Amino acid sequence: MIEYLARRLLALVPVALGVATLTFAIIHLVPGDPVVAMLGESAAPADVVAMRHQMGLDRPLLGQYGSYLGGLAVGDLGESTSYRRPVAQLIVERFPATIELAAAGMLVAILIAFPLGIIAGSNPGGAGDLGAMGFAIIGISVPHIYLGPLLMILFSLDLRWLPLTGRDGFAHLILPALTLGTALAAILARMLRQSLIRVRESDYMRTARSKGLSERAALIRHGLRNALTSVVTIIGLQMGALLSGTLITEMIFSWPGLGRLLIGAIGARDYPLVEGCVLTFAMTYVVVNMATDLVYAAIDPRVRIS
Amino acid sequence: MIARGRNPSLSIGISIVVAIVLLAITGPIFFRTDPLAIDLANTLAAPSRAHPFGCDALGRDVLARVLWGARLSLSISVVVVTASLLVGSAIGGAAALAGSRIDNLVMRGVDIVLAFPGILLAIALAAILGPGLVDLAIALTAMGWTGYARIVRGELLTLREREYVLAAETLGATRSRLLIRHLMPAVAGPLAVQATFGVGGIIGAEAALSFLGLGALPPTPSWGNMLDAGRAFLLVAPHLTTAPGLAIGLSILGFNLLGDGIAQKIGHRA
Repeated sequence: MIEYLARRLLALVPVALGVATLTFAIIHLVPGDPVVAMLGESAAPADVVAMRHQMGLDRPLLGQYGSYLGGLAVGDLGESTSYRRPVAQLIVERFPATIELAAAGMLVAILIAFPLGIIAGSNPGGAGDLGAMGFAIIGISVPHIYLGPLLMILFSLDLRWLPLTGRDGFAHLILPALTLGTALAAILARMLRQSLIRVRESDYMRTARSKGLSERAALIRHGLRNALTSVVTIIGLQMGALLSGTLITEMIFSWPGLGRLLIGAIGARDYPLVEGCVLTFAMTYVVVNMATDLVYAAIDPRVRIS
Repeated sequence: MIARGRNPSLSIGISIVVAIVLLAITGPIFFRTDPLAIDLANTLAAPSRAHPFGCDALGRDVLARVLWGARLSLSISVVVVTASLLVGSAIGGAAALAGSRIDNLVMRGVDIVLAFPGILLAIALAAILGPGLVDLAIALTAMGWTGYARIVRGELLTLREREYVLAAETLGATRSRLLIRHLMPAVAGPLAVQATFGVGGIIGAEAALSFLGLGALPPTPSWGNMLDAGRAFLLVAPHLTTAPGLAIGLSILGFNLLGDGIAQKIGHRA
């Protein structure tokens, strides 16, 4: 396991470097002058030159790239032009809110997906299966930007059970987490159903049944555990959708996380902050993906060998 | 021979998709209200006979805007999926056929693009390129091509070892004949499934970007920016979010079901 861990960590380095490079390239190579964008078309040429110099944009590209990577290595992401504060500091402040939302969304997804998937997978073709999978296909299709307002109308404005926006305790977390987690719940439920159906036909399930376990007991005691491996893989793959979902969800519910910081930075043409936020999102995804692989390896020892 | 079973996903999916495409094409022809005409007397008007879906904050007809939004949404999605399909297939095909060194390099590149979760890459690109439909299409294509590249590469690598391909090769089939007659038909199925899901995905991504102010700019009617504008009036005029929200949801549902149906039909795991 330790050797596997080391190998995975080592494989992280080129991907991280690639992510940093692509982020740099998007900000610095894509047409469009960030300084003119920041100061406006009518800015005095002298101001543009001064700003460009201040941000180091008048240096050769390779030099900029070098100091960007050097800064990254020590956690220096430059200074935000709109907040006039270090980008890294702003990100550290907002990051916990995003992680909290993502974790809550994942929890919601799992809490919905497991009952649905088990109901559907234990009797495929039955009424429960039809209902669960009907919910799943609708859950996948309703976009965050509609589900969020819909939940707000229902639970905040009509029933007045839950607060509308902001981040102030558990009650504020419920609607954003539901908005974020529903699509993932639907995907997980479908996956769990498929793997349960596949597992049902295996030899060890026949053994479990023939030693006298009921169908349901056999499925939960023996089938579920084996079906889990593919679910863990899907969770890893869907982390990307979950993370970029936080971005939209934060905008809907005025949740003070990294996503709102990024969209605000885009509006303010604060390119160092845009760069920092994009990089943080991507790196988080890369690290989470690796963590899922490790969980997978822990559940299924066969993975560690290849 | 597999018995021809029922395939409700396919039939429901086709019905929804055909209905939406027909509405997008003919809707603005039959329902001739101008989606941009401002009428402040009808600000936030509830649905009525003259305005079946009501009016928005500027008194513009919501039905007209949803119909024009359908044109925008569908055309952007088709353009982006076509471009992604072409770019992705070319890159994936080249990787599979060019030998392992180039293959390795290309696939590392794909990994790096995929390290940007969901629509993040499109958001970053749209932020730098600026809002606008062409830039939006470029940003979405830059995000979308990797899936097709992976499929084409993966399929070609396994197909190359298949007996019928080896047989054709032994019989002296030229490279292009091999590609067109033997390899492309086998890749077409999985690509069709991916592209169908892709249209639904891009409809959602376009709506999300426009919602964030990074796609279609007002006053151009787009489902995403209609939803964004409607959020301020959730309590007094919920129809402003309901109409575009249902339009997005139904379209994605239609393409998802169609994708499921095609996958079932050709016996491909979705």
